[in-house]
Amino acid sequence: MPHIHHYRRFIGCLVAAASCFSAARSQAQVAIKGKIVHTMTSAGTIADGVVVITNGKIAAVGKATEVKIPDGYKVIEGAVVTPGLIDPRGTVGVSGLFNQRQDQDQLERSSPIQPELRGIDAFNPGDRLVEWVRSFGITTVHTGHATGELISGQTCIVKTTGKPVEQCTVVETATIAATLGPGAQKDGKASPGTRAKEVAMLREELIKAQEYQHKRDHPAPPDERPDGEDKRNPDRNLRSESLVRVLKGEVPLMVTANRAQDISGALRLAKEFKIRMILDSASEAYLLLNDIKAAGVPVILHPTMSRAFGEMENMSFESAANLTHAGIPTAIQSGYEAYVPKTRVVLFEAGIAAANGLTITEALATITTVPAAILGIADRVGSLKVGLDGDAAVYDGDPFEYTTHCTSVVIEGQSMPQIVH
Amino acid sequence: MNQCVGIGVAARSAQSTQPGCQMPLPSQPEHTLKQHPTTTSVAILLLAAGALAQVKPVAFTNAHIIPITGDEIASGTIVVQNGKILAVGGTVAIPADAERVNASGKTIMPGLIDTHSHVGGIAGADGSSPIQPSIRIYDSLNPFDPGFRRVVSGGITTLNVMPGSGHLLSGQTVYLKLRAPKRADAATPATIDDFFYLDETGTPMGGIKMANGTNSMGEAPFPGTRAKSAALVREQFVKAREYKAKKDAAAARNKPEDAPPRDLGLEALVEVLEGTRVVHHHTHRADDIMTVLRLQKEFGFRVVLHHVSEAWKIAPEIAAANVPCSAIVVDSPGGKLEAAEMSWTTGATLEKAGVHVAFHTDDWITDSRLFMRSAALAVRAGMTRKGALSALTLEGARILDLDRRVGSLEAGKDADFLLLSGDPLSVYTHVEQTWVEGVKVFDRGNPKDKLFATGGFGASTPTKPYMCCSENARGEEFGQ
Repeated sequence: MPHIHHYRRFIGCLVAAASCFSAARSQAQVAIKGKIVHTMTSAGTIADGVVVITNGKIAAVGKATEVKIPDGYKVIEGAVVTPGLIDPRGTVGVSGLFNQRQDQDQLERSSPIQPELRGIDAFNPGDRLVEWVRSFGITTVHTGHATGELISGQTCIVKTTGKPVEQCTVVETATIAATLGPGAQKDGKASPGTRAKEVAMLREELIKAQEYQHKRDHPAPPDERPDGEDKRNPDRNLRSESLVRVLKGEVPLMVTANRAQDISGALRLAKEFKIRMILDSASEAYLLLNDIKAAGVPVILHPTMSRAFGEMENMSFESAANLTHAGIPTAIQSGYEAYVPKTRVVLFEAGIAAANGLTITEALATITTVPAAILGIADRVGSLKVGLDGDAAVYDGDPFEYTTHCTSVVIEGQSMPQIVH
Repeated sequence: MNQCVGIGVAARSAQSTQPGCQMPLPSQPEHTLKQHPTTTSVAILLLAAGALAQVKPVAFTNAHIIPITGDEIASGTIVVQNGKILAVGGTVAIPADAERVNASGKTIMPGLIDTHSHVGGIAGADGSSPIQPSIRIYDSLNPFDPGFRRVVSGGITTLNVMPGSGHLLSGQTVYLKLRAPKRADAATPATIDDFFYLDETGTPMGGIKMANGTNSMGEAPFPGTRAKSAALVREQFVKAREYKAKKDAAAARNKPEDAPPRDLGLEALVEVLEGTRVVHHHTHRADDIMTVLRLQKEFGFRVVLHHVSEAWKIAPEIAAANVPCSAIVVDSPGGKLEAAEMSWTTGATLEKAGVHVAFHTDDWITDSRLFMRSAALAVRAGMTRKGALSALTLEGARILDLDRRVGSLEAGKDADFLLLSGDPLSVYTHVEQTWVEGVKVFDRGNPKDKLFATGGFGASTPTKPYMCCSENARGEEFGQ
């Protein structure tokens, strides 16, 4: 799944080989020079560094005095260079800028459990918010179904190039998104109406998927009942198939859980079904540092500047620092916004975390290397390392400072059109 | 008056060892603010500075001072006493009996002024009609709401608390000063009266909240269109004019019995017509802003344009109308059609056009603890540093008619000021202390105060936030 983009490019090149390769060469040969280059690798921060990008991939990273820029490369310069940033969990491209019925596809309300809904079938790469977050250096977004139903659907990982989804997708199914707590609860007699009901329904659904898979794996002779129904050999079922991928460990279950009891509930599920889990939002995670760490579950934390109301009333600006320093892999997300502003920008969210206990490098990691590792895309993005995608952002100062501008964004060696905000 | 009046949270712990508050004044060593007051002795010394501000001058020396009026002072002194500023400058004569606080490495600026906030567990007009001028927002305000603790932790000392924008006119607003509790045993001010600004007649000061555009439209009796919105407003102001004319005529003939029966709503609108109550008008789109200016011209009221997402398109028209703006700065466009074309350049564009500009939080839309971001993001988009810092302080004071008392560091003004760890436009800067009328009301060195600055267990709000605008937000943002 991770290489759709290149596959498509390859097909395209077969069609018109000569022009395609020459176009790739002219567009994708870039060198980026910075007074400070945050590699986010063991090479650390390089003073007067350079990143060379050849054919869309990083070909060299080092001190400008040691790395030769090949002739004919376009050179971009700036004060600070970072890897292209990752929004670890947002809804841009799915929850559109205008906030009108026709541009809101982040949540399907017809049923509480719909893991078969794919983010890629909703993602609109042309939404202005995709361009908006890119203009601050965000080149990769984990987007798709939002929190708000027990299982709201799948998420996907895309680049912010604005190209059709087939060309910008990094991972088609990155996670299946679940929600515990009041966010997924219904009024009146509809289910789930309580926390315990939520967990019961999730367990039932996962057990159903286990049994489905068992039957699919062990076909029985056809059950020749008069009504024609073959209970021993179930037909394909997209809903169960999606959850089977979770049970097999192919796709993590990302559980939005803010209150401590909801986080505990999520960890209990991870243990029972031995599934890969990511905790999402997790505003009271600082109360359960030991449990989360022992479970080996990473956290994609709520935006640092989230509003402290409702089930998030106890959120803290210091959570990212508390979790990171406890040894829990912690990324910082833009989340979902129902009103104004329609999206948050993880660069700013990480900046507030840097002002509240994280070092600048640690804060950068929450929107680069850590989410890349959590989402299983560290072989593509998140750091300036030879062989990775040529994604980088250039700033005229400390990226976290309010008065600094993002001056250039490069995705797979291509300079993106940049509106400097 | 008891000299303990007005001592902040931290001061009370000192008092507990000094029953009756007759504590002997400590000798006056010059203490530094560089160290965190983790030890009791340091804490008591710092507290003493707060307590003494009531009676003895306190001088903060060696600070980077941003007075707003006049140039920044690289290393200067500010002296306060009895709740007022005695002197500010690079070289200032410090009274011999003054407590000296070495504020080296710190930045001192005026307390921030938020011209548009919804904190305090408030609820204004109800769903019965689109125009409800008799509503006073302070009749719903909870002074114990922890939102106020967050507000002072962000350096805001004066704010305009308003009802929402879901009505053409949702009620009277109130201007508040977040003073320390008057009762020494109280954690927060016990009554809303502790927060009021009173005018010369002893009446709490405030404006009136109006709105146009989509938020205030809806099912009847709410208007369904923009033109209907304007028509309903005009009808009410025409009525208020006639009411006033009848009252004035009865008064002129000295025949009070001829005056129309009292009408609380029309009385408030008469204050608007007379210019004693300012209209704070929610408006986003350029054409909606022009509608406000059209009504303002017809009825002659004083108006402040709030939010102004598209003011950058019509800056010359706003300048020509000589009307100030209070702008919001949010992290992305959209969320509603009217905010789709918001721009961070609004501050710079209006400033260049000669419009008076302040910022606001619209808390809960943006967080009071992050108010300084607004100015910094405006500077990023081209506003001058001086203009942006003034937009957090003095311009807000002007909008609220409080500029003779607050908004800048000048001798004779209220001693409302902040000690910052660094530059106000830097993300890394924290408000270390907030002082109101010479009393420290927030100290980041005190864990009880810091909890509200950072959030965490126990900093929560007991009341639901006041939803200014959006059913959608009400349903989805908060889940329950």
